[in-house]
Amino acid sequence: MNKQEFLDRLRGELSILPSADTEERINFYSEMIDDRVEEGVSEEDAVAEIGSIESVVAQITADIPQKAKTRKLKGWEISLLAVGSPLWISLGVAAAAVLFSLYVSLWAVVISLWAVFASVAACALGGLAGGICIAVTENAASGIALFGGGIACIGLSIFVFFGCKLATKGTVKLTKLCVKKLFRKKEEA
Amino acid sequence: MDVQLKRGILDVCVLAAIKDEDSYGYKIIKDMKPYIELSESTLYTILKRLENANMLTVRTAEHGGRLRKYYHITKEGHNRIEEFKKEWKEIMSIYRFVTKEDSNE
Repeated sequence: MNKQEFLDRLRGELSILPSADTEERINFYSEMIDDRVEEGVSEEDAVAEIGSIESVVAQITADIPQKAKTRKLKGWEISLLAVGSPLWISLGVAAAAVLFSLYVSLWAVVISLWAVFASVAACALGGLAGGICIAVTENAASGIALFGGGIACIGLSIFVFFGCKLATKGTVKLTKLCVKKLFRKKEEA
Repeated sequence: MDVQLKRGILDVCVLAAIKDEDSYGYKIIKDMKPYIELSESTLYTILKRLENANMLTVRTAEHGGRLRKYYHITKEGHNRIEEFKKEWKEIMSIYRFVTKEDSNE
């Protein structure tokens, strides 16, 4: 095989690779062959010294970093994607909707926890104020009992408040984590 | 040999081959041949990597009616060689430690 045949065949083999430096590689091998010929080696022998096309291509593909190996989609793969699009797009949308509804229901739980807190706090205020009113105007015993109930509600509401805070914090943290992961994946792609 | 280790060593070998004067692909392979066999494809990858790391620069010059690429070592390239020498001393002391265990047995 002479130099031109070798380079043409190599160019053909390398054309499936995405790297833009194919011509640069070809020139590199061309220079290598020329330098050998200049030393008195015959063109055929110089080509043979470089190695077989198969071994050269194998070495090049092994050297290319994994990331650069991402190949272009073949024609039939593109058409398959297009034909299947009604199916996979709707499936994708459905999956996204399920995930979204799960996320929304998570916030719904958090909101309802806060509602519990609000109602307990309202009971506390009502109990205190009502207790004082009844104790002064009507029956002292039942007024004091109501007042005590109000104090109990204050204690309960403090507990509920910290629980709500924790739940909110956790949900926000989860959201941040998901967003971060999503963006990192996009950067990697 | 471990791939990472071999890659690091080959990088320094190629830098050493252009340390004293600018050289070209085939000459680098010839100069290294008595010490280590290097294929054209491997050399190309190493040269690219070193160029991207600013350890060498490339210039194209005319030679006998055709173009030839010459590689010139940079300051970073020299630094890498010096670094390698230091690293190798460490590796040698580790080697002595490892083989000492063997001779005791």
